[in-house]
Amino acid sequence: MQKFSIWSLLRNAASYHEGWQRQWRSPEPQREYDAVVVGGGGHGLATAYYLAKEHGLRNIAVVERGWLGGGNTARNTTIVRSNYLWDEATHLYEKSMKLWEGLSQDLNYNVMFSQRGVMNLGHTLQDMREIERRVTANRLNGVDAEVLSPQQIREILPFINLNTRYPVLGASLQRRAGVARHDAVAWGFARGADALGVDILQNCEVTGIRREGGAVVGLDTARGFIKTKKVAIVAAGHSSVLASLAGFRLPLESHPLQALVSEPMKPIFPTVVMSNAIHAYISQSDKGDLVIGAGIDHYTGYGQRGSFPIIEGTLQAIVELFPLFSRVRMNRQWGGIVDVSPDACPIIGLTPVKGLYINCGWGTGGFKATPGSGWVMAHTLAQDRPHRLNEAFTLDRFYNGHLIDEHGAAAVAH
Amino acid sequence: MLIIDCPFCGPRAESEFAYGGEGGIARPLATETLTDEQWGDYVFMRSNPKGLHHEQWRHASGCGKWFNALRDTLTYRFHGTWKIGAEPPEAFTRRVQPAAPVGETVVEGLAR
Repeated sequence: MQKFSIWSLLRNAASYHEGWQRQWRSPEPQREYDAVVVGGGGHGLATAYYLAKEHGLRNIAVVERGWLGGGNTARNTTIVRSNYLWDEATHLYEKSMKLWEGLSQDLNYNVMFSQRGVMNLGHTLQDMREIERRVTANRLNGVDAEVLSPQQIREILPFINLNTRYPVLGASLQRRAGVARHDAVAWGFARGADALGVDILQNCEVTGIRREGGAVVGLDTARGFIKTKKVAIVAAGHSSVLASLAGFRLPLESHPLQALVSEPMKPIFPTVVMSNAIHAYISQSDKGDLVIGAGIDHYTGYGQRGSFPIIEGTLQAIVELFPLFSRVRMNRQWGGIVDVSPDACPIIGLTPVKGLYINCGWGTGGFKATPGSGWVMAHTLAQDRPHRLNEAFTLDRFYNGHLIDEHGAAAVAH
Repeated sequence: MLIIDCPFCGPRAESEFAYGGEGGIARPLATETLTDEQWGDYVFMRSNPKGLHHEQWRHASGCGKWFNALRDTLTYRFHGTWKIGAEPPEAFTRRVQPAAPVGETVVEGLAR
């Protein structure tokens, strides 16, 4: 792997930048791997990277139905935060946050992680009670959080309209939270994993999961049969489809979640604002476009587009909060398929099939967890048991009742 | 905007309707004898197929009545709606039933 540094930049500048290598290979599938990760998004690539880096596995493949990072990794609103309510979720997302803070150095790839703070607005007395409770819970867990008054919100965002239909009564603020460049996360993990010997196989849809005696023996793919004893399903919206190939069901429903970006503008929006109550979140990318996220479509769907009534409602909320954006033109709109679990928490762990592991159910908020999710998933697969950080996030919790209800702190009310 | 054919009122805009999740899930009868696994299956597990999906909808801003629908979750096209207890459309009986409990058989091809 070619290291990126000021010296490599200068050296390549002298040769008109024609000497850069490809950042990862496009190998032919081998006949057998020690482990195969199904899903070449951020979570899958991070899983492969940490499997190779932390657990010494080298003979690994990532199989991807489409192209690398082309699913939800390319379709989210890039928000990173760890201000969840319950201990289990907070510890998991905070592990991820700590990895984010050193990720660019670790990967030698600039993921443009920008800790510009994330505000969650409260619009009712009950919202504010929940915010107070969550902020206190965060601080007890060592996560930075504070409650802002309307006046303090106005100091950060002088142009916000606090006197909306549902008036803004305050907000929670996590200053270490922020945004990262979503594509760079997939590319950085892909480059890092490839350098450690991981084969990244694109255009390689899994069409069957072969089992013998209740254990995985291999995968039928669009590029032939691949023999392996360990498979990690990290496929977000398509998790249920893959689980049905292995003969079990998941407590998931896949919904379209849409987002949109405006034309680029000069820097105006210094932070990230989310509002659970009126279903909108907004930030400004380094390129200058406003990145706006909406709620999920209420019906299930696998078509990667959202419905018009949802986007209309979101833009009404954005324009009411920020009237000065009312004439900003929107450039692009898209949808991703999110796998929503009943308690708004992920499922990371073992499945009824031996050698088959699953990492799904991140719902509307998986991007922030990308490094942490890969880190615990790699541990789970390598050790054949969950890490302490993900042992609460089993599939079993839907049978024994130990749910972790994070609807209050999830990005979008479901 | 989807146009949904309410079996009671006729075709109306999507915004008049509320989605009610997967259809045809009957509440178990002998509830006192159910195991945790059976309860978990009933309460939480869903087939969530990519393709034809049996679901229930409610004409929330119209007649307020529940009805069955068969919808393709990839194209979002409705292949029929019918009243609770009425005869389902032909496409419903032709559809492939996804996912069963864990068995030893190799499942190949997408469950569509």
